[in-house]
Amino acid sequence: MAASDVKLLSTRGSPFVIRPRIALNLKNIDYEFLEQPFGTKSELLLKSNPVYKKIPIMIHNDKPICESLIIVQYIDEAFTSGPSILPSDPYDRSVVRFWGSYIDDKWFSSLLATLKPKTEEEKKTAIEGVSTGIELLEEAFEKISKGKDFFGGDTVGYIDIALGANLALVKVVEKLNGVELLDETKTPNLYAWSEKFCSDPAVKDLIPETDKLLELLKR
Amino acid sequence: MEKQEVKLLGSSISPFVRRIEWALKLKGIEYEYSEENLQNKSDLFLESNPVYKKVPVLIHGGKPICESLVILEYIDEIWPQNRLLPEDPYEKAIVRFWANYAEDKLMQGIRNVLMSEGEEQAKGVKQVTAALHIIDAEMKSITKFFGGETIGYLDIVLGLTVLWLEVVDEVSSESKMFDLQSFPSYSKWMEAVKDLPLIKDNLPAKDILYREEQITLTVVPSIDNTKVE
Repeated sequence: MAASDVKLLSTRGSPFVIRPRIALNLKNIDYEFLEQPFGTKSELLLKSNPVYKKIPIMIHNDKPICESLIIVQYIDEAFTSGPSILPSDPYDRSVVRFWGSYIDDKWFSSLLATLKPKTEEEKKTAIEGVSTGIELLEEAFEKISKGKDFFGGDTVGYIDIALGANLALVKVVEKLNGVELLDETKTPNLYAWSEKFCSDPAVKDLIPETDKLLELLKR
Repeated sequence: MEKQEVKLLGSSISPFVRRIEWALKLKGIEYEYSEENLQNKSDLFLESNPVYKKVPVLIHGGKPICESLVILEYIDEIWPQNRLLPEDPYEKAIVRFWANYAEDKLMQGIRNVLMSEGEEQAKGVKQVTAALHIIDAEMKSITKFFGGETIGYLDIVLGLTVLWLEVVDEVSSESKMFDLQSFPSYSKWMEAVKDLPLIKDNLPAKDILYREEQITLTVVPSIDNTKVE
């Protein structure tokens, strides 16, 4: 279903860009994908996000929305097609928002720190941070999914998107450090979840291959 | 909807708890305030916020909600009177964007300034100054508050900067770290916020903040506030 004028500014390899793409796919919204060549910032980008000068930026009817999770919430509120991305109950919504903010504020900084550590000690602490986060999310999955495939229940939801967009990065960290963060025995829920998530029609083709991402990160 | 008990786990030294109090009072919601001992956390507290073990925590009908921005949105959805966030999805996205920005660049930025020294502090001051310029520019279009004639979500989120900047003012002995005259729209907004009994009567005492946050008292060299990064 072609909707109103939707553009998405992005660069290759960014986990954050994957998030609005999944959301738009879930809602069956067509969009123009504007990939910024690596290392450049177009005039449109600078005009649309003068504060952070970063992607993703969604432009809907010429109005820019920035910050990936804010964009995902916007998509859920602005488009009524497709499944809901956030739950309808306010309490359940507060729970998913909590985890979204945990993933971005706390967990992601550990993830990033594993890739650019200043010392071995720092790297070790960072990996532990990522691992702790995954354990917490494993536990949260049991409570929130209520026995279904996704955090969102039968369909991909907000936490699935927030966490899932980082799966390739998690695999990179695993590969670079010889660790297993998502493990069939230690984190069975998330292990099974990650396979289902990556093969969901709204998601597949969007998660980059581990080796390709590794290449991009080296640049 | 049957009335359910509202409990707020807080601490007199936490500025973030005040946001929730402002929101609840604005909407006329009765709540039970529980002062938590952060050195000796209660079982209820630890059960309610096992991930961060921080205040504020709102407990509504026995169910805990954590993280002040998440709590504010929850409050607005459960009790729609005196709306905090706009209803339009685009307007909401803008307000959420600025709240995130304020948390990240301003709130965290000011705290970093207060707790660092020397070069680290000077760098922090530059960053906060740049952020204040950006927010000041955004505020040129508002008449009184972000929420219009009454305060809304963004006013509540940014409202804490009122307190922090006063602390900074008192801490920087020689010259002003942040010359608020360089930020006319922001200053005007700050005065309007400070004037509200709701805010004025519900701020943590500054001397408590000094002690608990271990704010370093250092002499600050004069900063050129007109430069923007």
